Amino acid sequence: MNLLSKAAALGALALMAACTNNDPSALGGGGPGGTGALVPGSPSDPRSPAYFQQTVGDRVLFEVDQSTLTPAAQTVLQGQAEWLLANTDFMATIEGHADEQGTREYNLALGARRANAAREYLISRGVAGNRLQTVSYGKERPIEICSTEECYSKNRRAVTVLTGSTLG
Amino acid sequence: MMKLLTSLFVGLTLMSAPVYAQSGPLRLELDQGIIEPLPFAVPSFVPDGPAATQYAQDISRVVAADLTGTGLFREISSDAFISRVSSFDAPVQFADWKAINAEALVTGAVNVSGNRLTVRFRVWDVFSGQELGNGLQFAGTTEGWRRMAHKVADQVYSRITGEGGYFDSRVAFVSESGPKDQRRKRLAIMDYDGANVQYLTDSAAIVLAPRFSPAGDQLLYTSYETGQPRIYVLDVGRVKRQELPTQEGTMSFSPRFSPDGRSIVYSLTQGGNTDLWKMDLASGQSVRLTNTPAIETAPSYAPDGSRIVFESDRSGTPQLYIMPANGGEPTRISFGQGRYGTPVWSPRGDLIAFTKQNKGRFHIGVMRTDGSEERLLTASFLDEGPTWSPNGRVIMFTRETQGASGRSALYSVDISGRNLRPVRTPDGGSDPSWGPLQN
Repeated sequence: MNLLSKAAALGALALMAACTNNDPSALGGGGPGGTGALVPGSPSDPRSPAYFQQTVGDRVLFEVDQSTLTPAAQTVLQGQAEWLLANTDFMATIEGHADEQGTREYNLALGARRANAAREYLISRGVAGNRLQTVSYGKERPIEICSTEECYSKNRRAVTVLTGSTLG
Repeated sequence: MMKLLTSLFVGLTLMSAPVYAQSGPLRLELDQGIIEPLPFAVPSFVPDGPAATQYAQDISRVVAADLTGTGLFREISSDAFISRVSSFDAPVQFADWKAINAEALVTGAVNVSGNRLTVRFRVWDVFSGQELGNGLQFAGTTEGWRRMAHKVADQVYSRITGEGGYFDSRVAFVSESGPKDQRRKRLAIMDYDGANVQYLTDSAAIVLAPRFSPAGDQLLYTSYETGQPRIYVLDVGRVKRQELPTQEGTMSFSPRFSPDGRSIVYSLTQGGNTDLWKMDLASGQSVRLTNTPAIETAPSYAPDGSRIVFESDRSGTPQLYIMPANGGEPTRISFGQGRYGTPVWSPRGDLIAFTKQNKGRFHIGVMRTDGSEERLLTASFLDEGPTWSPNGRVIMFTRETQGASGRSALYSVDISGRNLRPVRTPDGGSDPSWGPLQN
């Protein structure tokens, strides 16, 4: 481990130790600066949730009615698995979602299938199952609100949300 | 904060026996398809003193609105009236009502004494000059005046159609506000016509799909308040809720009461797979009813409790199936084009209402319990979640409009496909559950 990343890791640890709860937004927020070019907790810190979200990619998208992982989704999940294996302090909840085409009940079940597909993939790449929770929001929490395929395709997603660290 | 429901005692006193006796030829046969609404008149009920004046007017207006709202009746405006009804017991001038083509006439009187309100009414078959059934009176509190109006309208409906009414009933629903990506949802309850809205939860957590108990005193619903969707049962009168037992690491949703109210059937998701389970409410014990890798959800009991209709994608797309109430081999009943969901068994037992998705449109439809005689009643960008009126004649459902400004609203439609109407709610509304007729 080089000096720079060691300092960053220590900074991140200090930041996490300062956290009094598992609020993911607190973890994702910027930490105190001053460790050189790399700001712990910032997107440039490879150990930060912000890096996970933006650089590794926190979400995978699905085809209509499908919960099968596309090759692109598998690539993203491979990156997530590597990150989670390197950052064992973090737990994650995978949130499954559906677009608005479909009944509320069916979409809840479909979102659960999608979240589970992502979870199973991460487990197959070595991430411990007890670090990975799932939940489905069905069509209750779209991120895009237009009623065309352009929006629907972004809403059919499984998002890996880092929920906290074992250091608590 | 939440306001407790004011309890309402409606006494029912017969002025003369029996409750219902068909005497005149006036009759709407609903199964024959009503094209032309039946003209009726409701002259303002007669107040027996100044304290009753406003109630008398308001009650007659609600009675008329209930009847008109069915699409089966057409009110004749009081501007056309020749006769005035100034005394409840005075003889009816049938010729005057015939002259303006009123086939049915409802007369009434209202007495207010303190906070006690009494309504008396009679239904007349104008063309035969006969009373339809017997005069009847309802007594309750002044606060409950709308309920007494609905009871009168239920009697009128029932005497003319020969079928049970549905006006003295309530609807539980999800009140929605805010944009699609930040929608706030609250559980609410109201009279069937949108009056007297009361909120049962705040909007801190997503709430979904309330379902009335057979007696109308409890609601099942799904809430995310723990972070996972879980089923709660709420005592409507006391606005007190309880989380039902659940298994760690699972989601539970889409609950519905059995007809005896002692158990529920619901969807439980474990490891990404959703099956149907049944829970005995007294013990909290659940047993599995389906066991497939497919999605099984949206279960609904037959009124006799013997079978369950539900939705499954075991064939590759969501379709409707019926199985014995304790599980067992299901029979597929939907075979048309498209995807079928949210089946709900009619209270009369003869029909299944459902949501259908086909070629980018959504429909509310009905079919017989063997899947035959499918009829689509509505079509829009997004219609879903049908619920039956207590008499099985009307279906209420959710309609959502498309686009970034899309909004949810409640609508109702007659099972003939006629009389599509919005149901007025203060904000947006979704997931209606139509409760039973009140006592």
